[in-house]
Amino acid sequence: MCGAKKGGLSLDGVDVAKEAIIQGQVVRDGEPVGNAYVRLLDRTGEFTAEVPTSATGHFRFFAGEGKWTLRTLAPRVEPVDKLVHASVGDVAEVTIPI
Amino acid sequence: MTRENALVTAQWVEDNLDTPGIVLVEVDEDTTAYDKGHIKGAVKLDWSTELQDQVRRDFVNKQQFEELLSGKGIGNDDTVVLYGGNNNWFAAYAYWYFKLYGHQDVKLLDGGRKKWELDSRELTDEVPSRETTSYTAQEQDHSIRAFRDETVEAIGTKNLVDVRSPDEYAGRLLAPAHLPQEMAQRAGHIPTAANVPWSKAANDDGTFKSDDELKQIYSDAGVDWSKDTIAYCRIGERSSHTWFVLHELLGQQNVKNYDGSWTEYGSLVGVPVVLGDEKGEA
Repeated sequence: MCGAKKGGLSLDGVDVAKEAIIQGQVVRDGEPVGNAYVRLLDRTGEFTAEVPTSATGHFRFFAGEGKWTLRTLAPRVEPVDKLVHASVGDVAEVTIPI
Repeated sequence: MTRENALVTAQWVEDNLDTPGIVLVEVDEDTTAYDKGHIKGAVKLDWSTELQDQVRRDFVNKQQFEELLSGKGIGNDDTVVLYGGNNNWFAAYAYWYFKLYGHQDVKLLDGGRKKWELDSRELTDEVPSRETTSYTAQEQDHSIRAFRDETVEAIGTKNLVDVRSPDEYAGRLLAPAHLPQEMAQRAGHIPTAANVPWSKAANDDGTFKSDDELKQIYSDAGVDWSKDTIAYCRIGERSSHTWFVLHELLGQQNVKNYDGSWTEYGSLVGVPVVLGDEKGEA
């Protein structure tokens, strides 16, 4: 899958076979949200990482094998939690409507 | 030091954007964040190129720090308000660094850049021009900086607070999941260190928890308030966040940040290391 492109976020230069990738897009009424923050929480709810979304609402984490929670913060909305399962060699593609 | 002296709210910053004598300084892990937009009037500080010696593993020296701040247009009498991304990790690091070189009036914007953005407050791409000053720094204040020998001697005698994630503490990871797994030769933690991840001290929006909540968190982890404390993480930035909580918000005396942190300790020859979730014995 070299050069594969999923969900609009390029995987060029990423060795997908070695990574457990979680990526996706934050949207509001179908439009990308470029000023959101996505937090990656582990199976115990412990904070692991956080990224701001790009101008096109995209985010990506290099996580580990297992269950994770994505907590999305954005202006004028309550935080949105979404459970996701990551596997090495796979790309967990997530759309988060807020 | 107390919360009132050390921390300002986003509203306070917005109300003081044009107040003379207040200088906003943005410090980010992602050193390009400032260029995409920053709070009006803020100057940029690059932690990796401007606060680190580019040859040795150490900070810039007193003279270099003076030249840096003079060039940024920061004067000795200015109130410096630091903020940044990643829940103020590197802003807290810069706060500690400013204190290390004796700047009197430093504050942290509670919640940093994230809180500012979540409040839908304005960002600009306009870079301010400030007149050069002639800044005078003090000698480093080693009452807030721990080195490796002191850290080794602290095993079993002082509070050691490891602020990394539980997986790093236990030795299952060498660096936070998501960041490059690099640096130290060995994984694990310093014997007797309590594990209180920095994130325990912050709310989701990056603001600090209340003093009562903070005291409870560290007490529950076994921090003895009658003892001196050394905080560490991987490279000393997350532990600056915890140093800020213990020393500046809670007013605890004798708290040091071990900036060598795990990347140094985990590469030392002959020192004790504990694997797993337990603190281990001295």
